[in-house]
Amino acid sequence: MGKALHYSSITKKIIMSLAGLFLTSFLVVHLLINLLILFDDSRELFNQAAHFMVTNPLIQTFQWVLFAGFIVHIILGVVLQIQNWMARPVKYEKKGASEQSYFSKFMIHTGAIVFIFLIIHFANFFVKAKFGHIEPITYASGTYEDLGLLVVELFSDGGYVAFYVIALLLLGFHLDHGFQSAFQSLGLNHSRYIPWIKRAGTAFSALITLGFIAIPLVIYFS
Amino acid sequence: MVKLNAKIPAGPLAEKWTNYKAHQNLVNPANKRKLDIIVIGTGLAGASAAASFGELGFNVKVFCIHDSPRRAHSIAAQGGINAAKNYPNDGDSIYRLFYDTIKGGDYRAREANVYRLAEVSNNIIDQCVAQGVPFAREYGGLLDNRSFGGAQVSRTFYARGQTGQQLLLGAYSALSKEVGSGSVKLYTRRDMMDVVIIDGRARGVIMRNLITGAIERYAAHAVVLATGGYGNVFFLSTNAMASNGSAIWKAYRKGAFFGNPSFTQIHPTCIPVHGDYQSKLTLMSESLRNDGRIWVPKSLDDAEKIRKGQLKPTQLPEEARDYYLERRYPAFGNLVPRDVASRAAKERCDAGYGVGSTGLAVYLDFADAIKRLGKHVIEARYGNLFQMYEKITDENPYETPMMIYPAVHYTMGGIWVDYELQTTVPGLFAAGEANFSDHGANRLGASALMQGLSDGYFVLPYTMQNYLADQIGVPRFKTEAAEFEQAEKETRDRISKLLSINGNNTVDSYHRKLGLIMWDYVGMARNKEGLEKAIGMIRELRVDFWKNVKVPGTNEQVNPELEKALRVADFLELGELMARDALIREESCGGHFREEYQTPEGEALRDDKSFNFVAAWEFTGQESEPVLHKEPLQYEFVEVKQRNYK
Amino acid sequence: MDLTLKIWRQASAGATGKFVNYPVSGISEDASFLEMLDVLNESLVMKGEEPVAFDHDCREGICGACSLYINGRPHGPDKGITTCQMHMRNFKDGETIVIEPWRAKPFPVIKDLMVDRSAFDEIIQAGGFISVRTGGVPDANAIPIPKRHADLAMDAAACIGCGACVAACKNASAMLFVAAKVSQFALLPQGKLEASERVRNMVTKMDELGFGNCTNTYACEAECPKEISVSHIARMNREYLVAKVTAPKE
Repeated sequence: MGKALHYSSITKKIIMSLAGLFLTSFLVVHLLINLLILFDDSRELFNQAAHFMVTNPLIQTFQWVLFAGFIVHIILGVVLQIQNWMARPVKYEKKGASEQSYFSKFMIHTGAIVFIFLIIHFANFFVKAKFGHIEPITYASGTYEDLGLLVVELFSDGGYVAFYVIALLLLGFHLDHGFQSAFQSLGLNHSRYIPWIKRAGTAFSALITLGFIAIPLVIYFS
Repeated sequence: MVKLNAKIPAGPLAEKWTNYKAHQNLVNPANKRKLDIIVIGTGLAGASAAASFGELGFNVKVFCIHDSPRRAHSIAAQGGINAAKNYPNDGDSIYRLFYDTIKGGDYRAREANVYRLAEVSNNIIDQCVAQGVPFAREYGGLLDNRSFGGAQVSRTFYARGQTGQQLLLGAYSALSKEVGSGSVKLYTRRDMMDVVIIDGRARGVIMRNLITGAIERYAAHAVVLATGGYGNVFFLSTNAMASNGSAIWKAYRKGAFFGNPSFTQIHPTCIPVHGDYQSKLTLMSESLRNDGRIWVPKSLDDAEKIRKGQLKPTQLPEEARDYYLERRYPAFGNLVPRDVASRAAKERCDAGYGVGSTGLAVYLDFADAIKRLGKHVIEARYGNLFQMYEKITDENPYETPMMIYPAVHYTMGGIWVDYELQTTVPGLFAAGEANFSDHGANRLGASALMQGLSDGYFVLPYTMQNYLADQIGVPRFKTEAAEFEQAEKETRDRISKLLSINGNNTVDSYHRKLGLIMWDYVGMARNKEGLEKAIGMIRELRVDFWKNVKVPGTNEQVNPELEKALRVADFLELGELMARDALIREESCGGHFREEYQTPEGEALRDDKSFNFVAAWEFTGQESEPVLHKEPLQYEFVEVKQRNYK
Repeated sequence: MDLTLKIWRQASAGATGKFVNYPVSGISEDASFLEMLDVLNESLVMKGEEPVAFDHDCREGICGACSLYINGRPHGPDKGITTCQMHMRNFKDGETIVIEPWRAKPFPVIKDLMVDRSAFDEIIQAGGFISVRTGGVPDANAIPIPKRHADLAMDAAACIGCGACVAACKNASAMLFVAAKVSQFALLPQGKLEASERVRNMVTKMDELGFGNCTNTYACEAECPKEISVSHIARMNREYLVAKVTAPKE
């Protein structure tokens, strides 16, 4: 943390963007596994995949890299934000309205809510899976902990579904700015490609968000 | 009686500067560290001089009126900078640039100075490119040129319509490098109040800190004034609001002679005046005359209809238009020098052919150029100027012709300096527009930038050493000397006086009145009767100012009204000297047009027998008349003749 | 036009400021914004009140002195211009116009609407130059420069150092200002030789002065009177990354 303060603004931004881009890979894998639950009522595919994720030594090692990514992204985000607030001690009477990338204004807010969501999410699934007891279920291919049932049970709670959907929407906004912003921070801005990067970022954020949101909605309404 | 000595080196014209440099005195590096130089102003001349002195190893203190050196008004020059590179292979040479400048100045400039200017013009371009100035280039990667008035070659280098900005930022970056390394100390938001003279030499300055109001003393072995021109004496001009004549006026009052004060350039292409709240006039670059054609209606009837708004200029057929510059000057056409173009516009408007609601405007039409080259080409060349015009006038110059009228732009006159840019006060130098030196009675377009940088980069670094060579034994000055004490007291008294009047009129109201007198009688056309009248009116106004001006606030604060009052008080004296100078010069030359002296065709009629001299005025006291000294101009290398642009 | 001006008044750097309302009437639509303020000031002087202090000079959009934050936007509602170039026809009769100084920690208020922008000079002094001495440089045409690069460099060099980018940025970041200079020199062969030191020194100075960080919000580009593109910020990021990665160990 102390060292992070001493990085230059651009170094911080570069690390921030690399961490952010890295974290999107986690979102993709996570989403793909989640979607399995929609295509298999027996939850066998999902449970199988989940089992693989918690038992494969490579994934288990990589998990710590992922945590590190989260921590770096969060700490730098907070440090940058505090510095940004300090850079304007006296605020304007009339709020500025000239931002071009609207969601960029709320990165810390969307980030903070996603972070809270992450903690709750963590307690609900990860902690339970790791340290709690989950009923096993036996398929032809073998016996796994029935994590899928946990998902289905949680998603039948309307309040939880609403919270989940909102948090994911905010994540979508976070990603929409974050994706193209990462390219800019890394110096990858070219008049020819930047419109495509922006479009790809929006499409990616929309796909991730809709994909994640679809699961609780389908489960809740069916 | 003081004898003016221009100190022009001997020898053939082309070898004078080389000879000077070969034989001048130098200061060794160890001694440079012991010598202090003050530079007032950070425009092209000041910034480039301060940076170059710093690089040489002198201790430099540089002062600017703004919050940053980069804001000096050199930044507003649009069109370009001349140099005799002959890259376009169209027949240019150092001699031709020299000759065009002498001729453009209507044979009232010093040959040796102008030749040196033309000689170093090429170094300037090299220097600026090395500094990263992004001049316009051709597709092959080499530098592009365009044409300016008074020349038949394309020798103007440019950076879009922002050449002055780019050159100034180049000089500013060089200056910043020296400030960063500690060889130059930068003082911002300071106004010069006085020059301090000890034992006949300039040894320091009194400055006012514009934030705290503190009156500060600074000492040095030499002082350079690079404070620009005094066009703001006209109130409405293309100069910036803070541009003023106070520093050079203080130098004049301390013994530096004032050269050709009446030589003022009226620029032909400015946006016409449109309201009495107006604070300044905006220039449209001369480069527009490359592609724009200037005209007024042929018939008085059409002109009347246009003024009343009953007829649009685009409705007027080709044969009903009078392209008067092309008609009168077929060889140079729309690219005649500025004084000629301005006077021709005034002549047409005075005769009743003017357009616009006031009748004080002519058209600058791009329809032909757009038809010939396409809108995109015109947009690439002048896009930012067209946009600026539209923002101000709310009219689209791609569709309807621009309206323009002459406005005060530049003062060729200034502090008299010798070949070394030293004034009549030893140790006091003047550079750039602040001196009178190189442009004679009329400056050619794209030559001001050239002169500013020439003085700062390539002349002063040499001549300053020649002066300081015998000063190495003089220890650093203390600012406790009686002369500093006295100068500070005079400054404080003047400020207290202004603050205590508490009259009924604002400073600006006096400035506006002075401007009107100057424009009406000491402007584009002058005559004996008007000039005598102007002198009387200025005197009256000055008396009234010191009785009835209202300056609010105190000295010990940010006080823009006090700043303005101090400047207007000086303008009220300077304006009179300008009128006086115009009165004694009973001839017409360049920008100085005496109605009594003109050819049958209405061109300026010089009197080389009686007036082939530089008028250098000496201050003799507040109540007594200034004394005129004459520096005769000898033309050894060019033949003096009637200017002809036909 | 009749207008109400809500203006920030602050006697000096240390003083506490407040907003004061001033009615002005009979303003021409063709007057510039600063001429409108001149009219107000002239009337304040005659009433014996302190005129409003604001920075201004060339009044043709190039010196970069004027710096008013008008109705929530640096240089007011029009695009691609400075305050001095904005004309009153951009406002509605009867409107209340809020006028504030630039707000940023490195730009402290001096008086009323005047702020101290010497931080920009310090950044340039840290490396915003090409280290050549007067004289002894090669011929101007010795190194051809592709027109495209020269044009791009000119786009960046058009910066007038007004600080609107800092004023507009929600983080008071100076990235566009610094990037414009870094990018201009990085695009030119003359500037490449010390590109690495330049970008590191300028960014270090920028951070040290307390400007905020860039969050790629692009308000700077939207408000820049010279419409300088944020692609120059990307170029600076790239330059910085390369400089950091390739710099020898200290």
